Amino acid sequence: MNVLVCISNVPDTTTKVRFSGDNTSFDSNGVQWIINPWDELALTRAMELKEDTSNPIAKVTVITVGAAAAEPTLRKALAIGADDAIRVDAETGDAFYVASQIAEVVKNGDFGIILNGIESSDYNGSAVGGMLSELLDLPSVSAVSSMNFANGEVLINRDIDGGREELSISTPFICIVQKGIAKEPRIAAMRGIMMARKKPLQVESAVDVASLTETLEFALPTPKEPCKMFEADNIKELVNLLQNEAKVI
Amino acid sequence: MSVLVYTENWDGKFKNSSYELVSYANKVAEMTGGSVTALSIGNVGDDELSTLGNYGASTVLSAGDAGSFDNQVYTGIISAAAEKSGAKVIILSDNNAGKALAPRLSVRLKAGLASGVTSVPEAISPLLVNKKVFSGKAFAKVKVLSDTAILTLAQNSYEIVETGGNASVEAFDSGVDSSTGKTIVKDVQKQTGKILLSDAEVVVSGGRGMKSGDNWQTLEELADVLGAAMACSRPVSDEGWRSHDEHTGQTGKIIAPNLYLAFGISGAIQHLAGVSSSKYIVAVNTDKDAPIFEAADYGIVGDALQVLPEFINEIKAAKAQ
Ligand SMILES: Cc1cc2nc3c(=O)[nH]c(=O)nc-3n(C[C@H](O)[C@H](O)[C@H](O)COP(=O)(O)OP(=O)(O)OC[C@H]3O[C@@H](n4cnc5c(N)ncnc54)[C@H](O)[C@@H]3O)c2cc1C
Repeated sequence: MNVLVCISNVPDTTTKVRFSGDNTSFDSNGVQWIINPWDELALTRAMELKEDTSNPIAKVTVITVGAAAAEPTLRKALAIGADDAIRVDAETGDAFYVASQIAEVVKNGDFGIILNGIESSDYNGSAVGGMLSELLDLPSVSAVSSMNFANGEVLINRDIDGGREELSISTPFICIVQKGIAKEPRIAAMRGIMMARKKPLQVESAVDVASLTETLEFALPTPKEPCKMFEADNIKELVNLLQNEAKVI
Repeated sequence: MSVLVYTENWDGKFKNSSYELVSYANKVAEMTGGSVTALSIGNVGDDELSTLGNYGASTVLSAGDAGSFDNQVYTGIISAAAEKSGAKVIILSDNNAGKALAPRLSVRLKAGLASGVTSVPEAISPLLVNKKVFSGKAFAKVKVLSDTAILTLAQNSYEIVETGGNASVEAFDSGVDSSTGKTIVKDVQKQTGKILLSDAEVVVSGGRGMKSGDNWQTLEELADVLGAAMACSRPVSDEGWRSHDEHTGQTGKIIAPNLYLAFGISGAIQHLAGVSSSKYIVAVNTDKDAPIFEAADYGIVGDALQVLPEFINEIKAAKAQ
C-alpha cells in the first residue's frame, strides 16, 4: 500500500509574526519555512511504519499545494525519508481550495492511508484533512495519537474531548494526526539530504476550484499588560482582583 | 435566517462549551433575525435537553444515540438537521469533535468554514468574522463567500448568558443509519477527573516546583474549591506524579480556560504553547525572573507550598461572601 502525507509549508514557529500591505498579507521577509510540525510528526510515523517490514507499506509520498518556493520544504520531507514528492503548482487559496487540489491527486493515485496534521501552525484551520475526506467520500479519524497495523486492519488511538478511544479501521482512510503520533519529529541525516536531491519531485498543475472563504486582513493582539505582582502576605488582594476585576472566580 | 448549533454532552450532561455555543448562537441569531436550533446527539434526558432554552435555543433536536463517534455518521446527522432547520449559520465548538466534523460539513453543504473564531461576526451577509491564526499570535478577518457559513468557536471566547427562555424539545430522526460507520471503537478510556480539562473554565496546574507528587493534595483541594480541572507541566507527568492526560504544552494538551493557575511552573516556551491563550494566568514561583511571569497577569514570588493553604482560605472566604 502507498501512503500519502500532506505537507503544509509554514513559517518557523518561532517567527515573529508581522504583516504587510496594510495588514492584508503575512510579511514573509526573512522568514524560515518549515514542515508544519503536525505534518512532520505524521511523516515521521509513516517512515517508522514503513521501515518495519512486517507492515504493508510500499511507498511514502509527500504532497504540498503551493508555489515553487515551497520545494525546499518538500526536499526536507524527502530527506527525512519520503520516497517521492508531488507539488501542485498553485498560489494557495483557502482550505477548501487546497483540499480540492489534493483530492484530485488522490483520485488519480493509489493510496491506502492519507495522513494530515490536525492543523497547520499558520492559519490553524484544522480543515484540509476533513475536507479531503468528504471530497473523496472516505472515512476519516481525527485527533489520532497512535497508529499501528494489526491483522489487516489499522489500530488507532484518538483523543475525544474528555478521554481517549482505541478503534480499528480498514484502508483506505484519512488519518488526521495530532501530537503523540510520533515521539519526536525525525531529523534528516546527511545521507538523507544527499539522497533527497535525486528523489522524484513531480509538479502537477492545479485544477480550477473557487475558494469558499477569503482572508481580508490580519491584526496583532493588543500587547499584554505587565504582570501585577503581589507579596505572599497579600493573597487577599490577589483573590479580590480575580473575583472583582478579572471576574474569573 | 436560522442558526444551528451542535451541542455535545458528556455522559448525558451538556458541556460548558455547549452552553457557551448556544449563548453565542443566540447572539448571532439576533443579527440574522432568526432563531436558534440546537442539535444533540446521544442519550440525553428531556430535562437536560430543555436546559438549552435557558441560553437561547428555541428548538432542540434530539437525535438520540448514534453509536460511537464516527465522523461520517455524525456529519450526516448534522447536515440533516441543517437541512431541516434551514440554517444559514452552523456553529460547532473548536474542539476535537468540531475539528473532525466542521470541515466535512463544509464540503457537504458547500458552506465556507471559519474555524477557531473568537468573536461575534461583524456582519452576516456576507459573513465577516475574526479568528485566531498563528497559534494565537495574531487574528485574521475572514469573509465567507458562500450563502451558508460554518463557524467553530474557540473555547471560552464567549460568555455564557442565561436568557430565561424555553426550548421545545423534538425527537429528530435524521435518516442516517449509524451502523454504516466505518470506525469500530474497541475501548474507551474516559478522563477520570470530575471536570474535563478540555472543557474547564478554571485550571489548577503544578510544575516541578511542587517538589513531589504527594504535594498535589493541596492543589486538588484548591481545584475542588474553585470547581477547576487539574493540569501539570511535562516533567511532572514524566516523573509519574500525574497522568500524561494532564500535561499541557507543545507536546500535550492545548487549553484556553478563563483562568490558569500555575504553581511552581517555570513557564518554558513549550509549556506556554499549551496555555498562553488562557484569559488570565496566575503564577506562583520562587524565582522572580521565571519566564512564567512574562505570560502571567497576576503573580506571587513565593513558595507554592506555603502560599497554597492561604490561597485556598482566601478563595473560600471570597466565595462565601
Ligand atoms: C521538544 C520539547 C517539547 C516539550 N513539550 C513540553 C510540554 O508540552 N509541556 C511542558 O510543560 N513542557 C514541555 N517541554 C519541557 C519544557 O522545556 C520545560 O522543561 C518544562 O515545561 C519545565 O517544567 P516545570 O516548569 O514544571 O519545571 P522546571 O523548569 O524545573 O521549573 C520549576 C519551576 O518551579 C520553581 N520553583 C521551585 N520550587 C518552588 C517552590 N517551592 N514554589 C514555587 N516555585 C518553585 C522554579 O523557580 C522553576 O521556575 C518540552 C521540551 C522540549 C525540548
